[in-house]
Amino acid sequence: MEAAPRSEPAPLLRVEDLWVRFPGRMGVVEAVRGVGFTVGREKLGIVGESGSGKTVTGRAILRLVLPPGLVTARRLVFDGQDLLALNEAAMRGIRGRRISMVMQDPKFSLNPVMTVGSQVAEAYRMHADASLEEARRRTLEMLAAVKIRDPERVYRLYPHEVSGGMGQRVMIAMMLIPGPDLLIADEPTSALDVTVQMQVLAILDDLVTQQGMGLVFVSHDLNLVASFCDRILVMYAGRIVETCRASELQQARHPYTRGLLQSLPRVDRPVAELPVLQRDPAWQDAFP
Amino acid sequence: MITVGDLRVTFGHGASAVHAVRGISFHVEEGGAYGLVGESGSGKTTVLRVLSGLLGTWEGRLAVGGQEQGARRDRAFHKMVQMVFQDPYGSLHPRHTVDRALAEPIAIHRLGRQGDSSRRIVRALDEVGLGPAFRFRYPHQLSGGQRQRVAIARALVLEPRVLLLDEPTSSLDVSIQAEVLNLLARLRREHRLTYVLVTHNLAVVAHLCERLGVMNLGRMVEELTVAELRAAEPREPYTRQLLRASLGYDRRAVDALETFD
Repeated sequence: MEAAPRSEPAPLLRVEDLWVRFPGRMGVVEAVRGVGFTVGREKLGIVGESGSGKTVTGRAILRLVLPPGLVTARRLVFDGQDLLALNEAAMRGIRGRRISMVMQDPKFSLNPVMTVGSQVAEAYRMHADASLEEARRRTLEMLAAVKIRDPERVYRLYPHEVSGGMGQRVMIAMMLIPGPDLLIADEPTSALDVTVQMQVLAILDDLVTQQGMGLVFVSHDLNLVASFCDRILVMYAGRIVETCRASELQQARHPYTRGLLQSLPRVDRPVAELPVLQRDPAWQDAFP
Repeated sequence: MITVGDLRVTFGHGASAVHAVRGISFHVEEGGAYGLVGESGSGKTTVLRVLSGLLGTWEGRLAVGGQEQGARRDRAFHKMVQMVFQDPYGSLHPRHTVDRALAEPIAIHRLGRQGDSSRRIVRALDEVGLGPAFRFRYPHQLSGGQRQRVAIARALVLEPRVLLLDEPTSSLDVSIQAEVLNLLARLRREHRLTYVLVTHNLAVVAHLCERLGVMNLGRMVEELTVAELRAAEPREPYTRQLLRASLGYDRRAVDALETFD
């Protein structure tokens, strides 16, 4: 389908025929329907609108889909290990340390009764055998790395005392401090101002290019993903409808991708009326 | 239509005082659309809250529709000026039907004599592209885009002349955003409405407005026309940086980012 990423060895993560189902009163909701992709030491973007299954795909990789939600896959292999076959204790060894996930909303992801600094330090001590002093030092470094101006002061703040953008940067620091091999970032920067967003993306970019981290970047922002990622998966109604190199997104073939691109207003391209996406029921079932 | 002169807003007292808006002036002519752009903390939403009357403690001059406005506004002001908020999940009462949400402003302004209320509600829903079938639904039965249409209908039901829009599309998916932006552009044309739009999205401003003011830390950095923005000719480095960042990610540009304090 597409050329393998630069590095020749086996991909970090291989997903084949992933399904996520949620049984409910009105029948079974199929949130993800037969998705397959690989992630190497690269930036992979997953784009789609709300309800397309992009977030659930990220959560399923970390086995964070709670019952009654049901995850099945022909293969879900991370670094030679079958994630679906691991017991919960083994999975805890992978979560955070090897595969980490930045969630969308810091308000619900941070512990409200712990200072943000001690939460980040705790994340470090969970995975590295470090003294309190060492954890504190690393935390302050990490907070500075995510462009928090006064790390000493922010270390002592509680989550309700930090702004949304600052909270998101704290989350990113917490997820990066154990040095994961694969980071799943679910809309990590949509709460941030554009300039801060660029700085945070640069941190992630450098981790991929310099330390060989793999990044799955889930976002609804097509232009951002096109300029930031290496490859893009476009999801619609639980399926991947298009896969392409990020640089070739403008030449996308699927009508859904084309429709999404055209419906975006652009500073450099004035239009009297924005073309509105006309959804075709056939997209639900057509494989790419 | 709207004239703001040397507007200042301060929260708190003494050493802990926060100067949210530090002397902002701008003018919007009747039927015009003016965008206020800035990052979080720039004071753009505070300006909108002063315009709408939601915030009563400010200094400076404000005239709307040729009338000087103070801290308290009369009923005629609110009939003339309506607001659409960012989050339609939060701005609609979860246990009120669409009908009740739209009937309330009509009742407050005593416009509902002899079945007139019903006519106004149906007409407002029709204008935002929602049929009468939506009239007795609850917000949870609507999609995000439909909810934002209801919020716009609620603002329109009084037939205002000014709409204050606070990030009206930033909680919507891009395809739905396009529908709502088209709707706002059409309503403005048809009713000769005056818009003040607050957003962080330069592309949305470029689509909907003719002029914009760029704010940073409570000050107006510069005012420019959308044509100047499109031609990528802002004068101020702050605006140029904002424009560049909004065009997409560029690793080399990140190292050149400056902080404007």
